[in-house]
Amino acid sequence: MTAYTATVTVRLKHGVLDPEAETTKQALERLGFDLEDLRSADRFEIDLEADSADAARERADEMAERLLANPTIHDYDVEVDER
Amino acid sequence: MTVSIVRFGGSNCDRDAKRALEHLGIDAEIVWHEDGLPADTEGIVLPGGFSYGDYLRAGAMAARSPIMESVREAASEGVPVLGVCNGAQIGCESGLTDGAFTTNESARFQCEHVYLRVERADTPWTAAYEEGDVIEIPIAHGEGRYEIPDDRLAKLEDDDRVLFRYCDENGETNPAANPNGSKNAVAGVLGDRDTVAVMMPHPERATLPDIGPTDGRGVLRAFE
Repeated sequence: MTAYTATVTVRLKHGVLDPEAETTKQALERLGFDLEDLRSADRFEIDLEADSADAARERADEMAERLLANPTIHDYDVEVDER
Repeated sequence: MTVSIVRFGGSNCDRDAKRALEHLGIDAEIVWHEDGLPADTEGIVLPGGFSYGDYLRAGAMAARSPIMESVREAASEGVPVLGVCNGAQIGCESGLTDGAFTTNESARFQCEHVYLRVERADTPWTAAYEEGDVIEIPIAHGEGRYEIPDDRLAKLEDDDRVLFRYCDENGETNPAANPNGSKNAVAGVLGDRDTVAVMMPHPERATLPDIGPTDGRGVLRAFE
C-alpha cells in the first residue's frame, strides 16, 4: 500500500450561472483590478492508502460521483500524488 | 393518513408542517431521521431548514442519510412524498426528482411572497386548483435556483413534470417575476410518479389563516 493524496476539484459546468463568482469579480473590480472573468471551484484534498495510483484515483473518482460533485451542475477532475 | 415529517439536524420547518397539516385535520408526526420511518407511514414530508448546515451543498448530506433509502423505497411504492425548500433540495440531491437547486441569481437569501402558476391540476398536490391558477406562497431560500441541463429540461417539460412556475399576479412568467433565476421559472417539479413532488415555496406557511394567505392548503390536501 502506498500513501496518496487525491485532489478532487469540483466546478460548475460551463454555462451554469455562478452568482457568487460574479459577485467576487465585481468586488475585485471595485478594488481597481482589471480582469476578464472569474470562476470559483471547490477543492478537496483526500489522503488515502491504495495499491496503486490508479486504485487511488478510482476511489476518489467514486467519491466525487457519489457525494463531492452533483453531476447535474458540476464537472470535476481528480489528481493523485504520492505523499 | 399518518404523515411522517422527517427531521434532520438543522430542519426548521418541521413543526410548521405539522401544525399546518393538523390544521387541515391530517395526522402528522415528526420523525427523527436516525429512528427510521414508522411502519404506519402513509405520507412523507421532507421539511425546510438547513439540514447539516447546508455543508457541501444544500441537501447533499441529508440526501445520503440512511432514512432516504426508505423514503425512496416508499416513494416507488406510491407513498406521497413532498419536499419543501430544503426538502426540495434533498429530493433533487437524492434522485427523487430531476435537476438541482443552487445559489439564487441574486446570490442572496430571499424571503418574500411570490406568485406561482399551477402547471398541472391533475396531480394529488394540485387537485384543489385549476390549471393556470395563480397562487400566492412565500419563499425563503438562498439556494432555490432550479438548474438542469437543457436536454433534461426539455424532457421534463415534454413529460409534464413541471408542477409550478414562478409568475406575476396575472400568471405570466417573466424575469421580474422569477425570484431566483430558475430555469424556465420552474418552482416545483414531480418525480417519476405524480405522488412525488418537490417545491421551493412553502405551502405550510400559506395554510394557517392567522399568518396571511392560505393558498398553500391545496398542496397539503394531497395527504388527506
